[in-house]
Amino acid sequence: MASLNLLVFVCLGYVAVLFLVAFGAERAAMRGQAAWLRSPMVYTLSLSIYCTAWTFYGAVGYAARSGMEYLTIYIGPSLMMIGWFWAVRKLVRIGRSQNITSIADLISSRYGKSTLLGVLVTGLAVVGTTPYIALQLQSVTLSVASFSVADATVRPLDDQNSTALWVAVGLAFFTVLFGTRNLDANERHHGVVMAIAVEAVVKLFALLAVGVFVVWGIGGGIGATMDRIDASSLGDWQVQPDRWMALSALSAAAFLCLPRMFQVLVVENEDERHLRTAAWAFPLYLLAMSLFVVPIAVVGLDLMPAGTNPDLFVLSVPLAEGRNGLALLSFLGGFSSATSMVIVASIALSTMVSNHIVMPIWLSRQQAGAMVSGDVRNIVILSRRFSIVGVLALGYLYYRISGGSTALAAIGLISFSGVAQFLPALIGGIFWRGANRVGALAGLVTGGLVWLWCLFLPSFGPDVVIPAGTMAEGPFGMGWLKPYALFGIPGLDPLVHGVFWSLSLNALVFVTASVFTFPTPLERLQGAQFVNVFDHTAPTRGWSGGMAQSEDLMIMAQRILGATEAQDLFRRAALDQGLEGYLPEPTPAFLLQLERELAGSVGAATAHAMIAQITGGANISVEDLLAVADETAQIMEHSSQLEAKSAELTRTARQLRTANEKLTALSVQKDAFLSQISHELRTPMTSIRAFSEILRDAEDLEGEAKAKYAGIIHGEAIRLTRLLDDLLDLSVLENGQVRMNIAPGRLSDFLDHAVAATGADRGKLRLHREGREDTVLVTDGDRLAQVFINLIANAQKYCDAPEPTLTIGARAVDGLLMIDFVDNGTGVAPDQQDMIFEKFARVGEQQAGGAGLGLAICREIMARLGGSITYLPGQQGAAFRVTLPLRDAMAAQ
Amino acid sequence: MSDLRNRLFLGRGSYRQRRLADAARLMPILGGVLLMLPLLWPRQGIGEASEVPPTSSAMIYIFGVWVALVLASLYLSHNLDPTETEARGDDDPSRGG
Amino acid sequence: MDKTVLVIEDEPNIIEAISFILSRDGWRVATHSNGVDAVSAVGARKPDLVILDVMLPGRSGYDILRDLRAATETADLPVLMLTARGQTKDREMAESLGASRFMAKPFSNSEVLEAVRDLVRP
Repeated sequence: MASLNLLVFVCLGYVAVLFLVAFGAERAAMRGQAAWLRSPMVYTLSLSIYCTAWTFYGAVGYAARSGMEYLTIYIGPSLMMIGWFWAVRKLVRIGRSQNITSIADLISSRYGKSTLLGVLVTGLAVVGTTPYIALQLQSVTLSVASFSVADATVRPLDDQNSTALWVAVGLAFFTVLFGTRNLDANERHHGVVMAIAVEAVVKLFALLAVGVFVVWGIGGGIGATMDRIDASSLGDWQVQPDRWMALSALSAAAFLCLPRMFQVLVVENEDERHLRTAAWAFPLYLLAMSLFVVPIAVVGLDLMPAGTNPDLFVLSVPLAEGRNGLALLSFLGGFSSATSMVIVASIALSTMVSNHIVMPIWLSRQQAGAMVSGDVRNIVILSRRFSIVGVLALGYLYYRISGGSTALAAIGLISFSGVAQFLPALIGGIFWRGANRVGALAGLVTGGLVWLWCLFLPSFGPDVVIPAGTMAEGPFGMGWLKPYALFGIPGLDPLVHGVFWSLSLNALVFVTASVFTFPTPLERLQGAQFVNVFDHTAPTRGWSGGMAQSEDLMIMAQRILGATEAQDLFRRAALDQGLEGYLPEPTPAFLLQLERELAGSVGAATAHAMIAQITGGANISVEDLLAVADETAQIMEHSSQLEAKSAELTRTARQLRTANEKLTALSVQKDAFLSQISHELRTPMTSIRAFSEILRDAEDLEGEAKAKYAGIIHGEAIRLTRLLDDLLDLSVLENGQVRMNIAPGRLSDFLDHAVAATGADRGKLRLHREGREDTVLVTDGDRLAQVFINLIANAQKYCDAPEPTLTIGARAVDGLLMIDFVDNGTGVAPDQQDMIFEKFARVGEQQAGGAGLGLAICREIMARLGGSITYLPGQQGAAFRVTLPLRDAMAAQ
Repeated sequence: MSDLRNRLFLGRGSYRQRRLADAARLMPILGGVLLMLPLLWPRQGIGEASEVPPTSSAMIYIFGVWVALVLASLYLSHNLDPTETEARGDDDPSRGG
Repeated sequence: MDKTVLVIEDEPNIIEAISFILSRDGWRVATHSNGVDAVSAVGARKPDLVILDVMLPGRSGYDILRDLRAATETADLPVLMLTARGQTKDREMAESLGASRFMAKPFSNSEVLEAVRDLVRP
């Protein structure tokens, strides 16, 4: 007899293997070895989360009750994938070009980035998916229970709820761990996808093994099994045509609309070409999953005592035959089906809940826009984690409240028909430009209500939610509203009835409302984008830039994408525009790119709203409106060229103006330079001359006073020397006549030297040092330390925080070593950031001792060392970044 | 002369691609019709009892169609070059045809 | 002779030098080292002469001079301006604003004494 302990042991071992697989895949992806992780086969296998425990166990039970009808659940998705050239390809293309994060995001984005639609779709998805998760928990619980019945050594589990609870907790842990590791949906969940691909293989293998055992081990070969089937109660062709057609259509719709399917099909898709493999391999997988269902059902009905739950034949037939190993494998298959569904469903739902419910609420509470303190990134990740736990908790609660009753078995199809309500808005959205937000909203609400009334609420059983009297007579005696006979048309199968009415009314209202209302300009732009996605080489024209402040955008982007990614993005964009530094011009193209990047993290609607807050919301220009109104391609192109030219001109003009301002400022500085030199030299000379005359003329001076005055003369002479040294140093550096003493050395040594030289380890300024200081550099250590000394001394002088703190962080990125010096003072005003590296450019009103040559010298030194020093905007305080190439350092090691 | 032949050859290639794309679009419709065909068969309670086909025949028919669809899909998706039809810009169903 | 000189200057060493020279010559010396409240300091001390540096933290010496000349009780107060820049346009600027005397740094001690004595005739 199979021991329950063994079962638990094997189960835990299997889970540990899954953790290792997911962890290994994440590691490999981080090292950039993701290529093999993302083969078309892995993509195809990940689609198999369509086959949940409901299909793994339930299909046999379904066949035992209703014959061949179970096939409809597989036929719909197979036809959908075989017809990938229609809808699936288009969805994947749109998903990739618009950085779509979920089905709610797609629908919201298509209809003018509507927050309301996002909320509605999310709500319906949560309501539709919760029972489905409960069903998975039930299937694991039931399968464990069937083992414990067979195990005579332990008493039957009297508390099945604890099994369900532990499964739910374990799944929440796994999902939070691997599902919320990275934020950007572009980066996708390598670990999760790999784990569910492994689970897909396990469940297919398990079902095939049971099937082979049943046909050849018990049935006596194919011919004998076929005879057995024909002789059984399932022997005659008995499908109902209405249910056959309705269920095929329903499962095809659900394949596109289920949040978890959308997640693996569109969001996790790495490469559109993978569809070409999935187009035949996925139908093949489904075929293999359904091949042995009828034989297992028939043999189960023959062998097992009457009254045995046919849903568990896959498990109980091998157990009854004493094949414990096979039963264990079959259990793992069912376990895999259940867990992979729950994991992906909760990731998909948490993304939707977080992006469409939590983030909009959070954003609306931040009146000042994205400028307020707090890291959005953490908030997003936190809200996703809570959403995952919340979704699983809901599933568990549903399981407890429904008491694990058999009513759950019917819920699979109810769930399907719930999410199928997205279909009109989805298909209309990608094929029909006339579809608009009002239509989508009205259709969804109508379909959702009919679904609730005719399918979802009655599914709890009579008198639970809807009283039996209402079921029979309609509410308040209104016969035409009877849940199973709307409009007084009785006699239909309840499911067919509900699916037919909800989807027909949904589609009808959607089309009618779309025809009779007007879309907003943004909807029309998005509509054109989605419907003609294959024509568009150029992306949407959305933002008219110029008003947005690059630095504000940078601050926001850093909070959402993380500092490194955001700085990298901005630097590359600036470089593309031919600019130095980290602040590109806010061109429409750049704003669009930024919005897409943000959308990958927080969803299209939220990203749009965030950028709108900074740019002042002027996102649609008159030109855009004209472009939408004139739909002939020629005019559109013409106007877009004009717009591009005028934008180009505006930008060039602005760049020229900036250049001119800078030149003027430089010339003023040149004048100031002489006057400054004069001042800097004359001030110490004054003291020297005055005191030397005093010493010469005043004979009656006491020794103490004499010494003091001589000391002053000495000090001022040194000050003069230092100034001259600095000037000379700078001129030598500028003329490139300097010789560098290049030698390997450790970064931490240079920093230690600089800290000691400035006395920063003893003074008021607090130092935080972090990051890779053990890096070995091949450089001129003295010169580098000189730069560090300058930066630390600047923080000592200028940081005006009550508790001045300087953070020195070193990081290696792309063969570059970056050392950031960030203090917590007020920083440098944006209009002065360009000037601080110029000679004598002390910020503000003078007087902090230096001659204003320090940063100019630093800049020259860094240029000689092959690196750079830049001001890093958007970091709270003053922030300087010293960059050095790292490749030489590695070679020297 | 060779230039002309070259262009002619390209034309044939893209023509073939477009017809393959047509076939790919047709596949689900064909599959749907074939898999709905059993609904026309006599079944339990309707028609002569002796004419009702046994489940085993139904299984052989349905799985047979299914395998054929998989093979056809394999052939089509391997011979279809999406970039080819895309460059022509004529694969968008919304444009009609 | 009991006259007061107010030195408005920010370099501590220069303050010390001027104070030394003038007090040895019998002047009472008061000092002030920033530009922001220099005008009110003049009002409070009521000196007989002001020695004013051009480059001061917070406020330029020219601005201070303009304010002094605008107020009736200090309109005729002798002001000796010191500057480390010493270009012609600085001198012109000082004179147009009504400086009594203009002197470039570095100065000789006797020059300063002479100027002070010259400006405050007993």
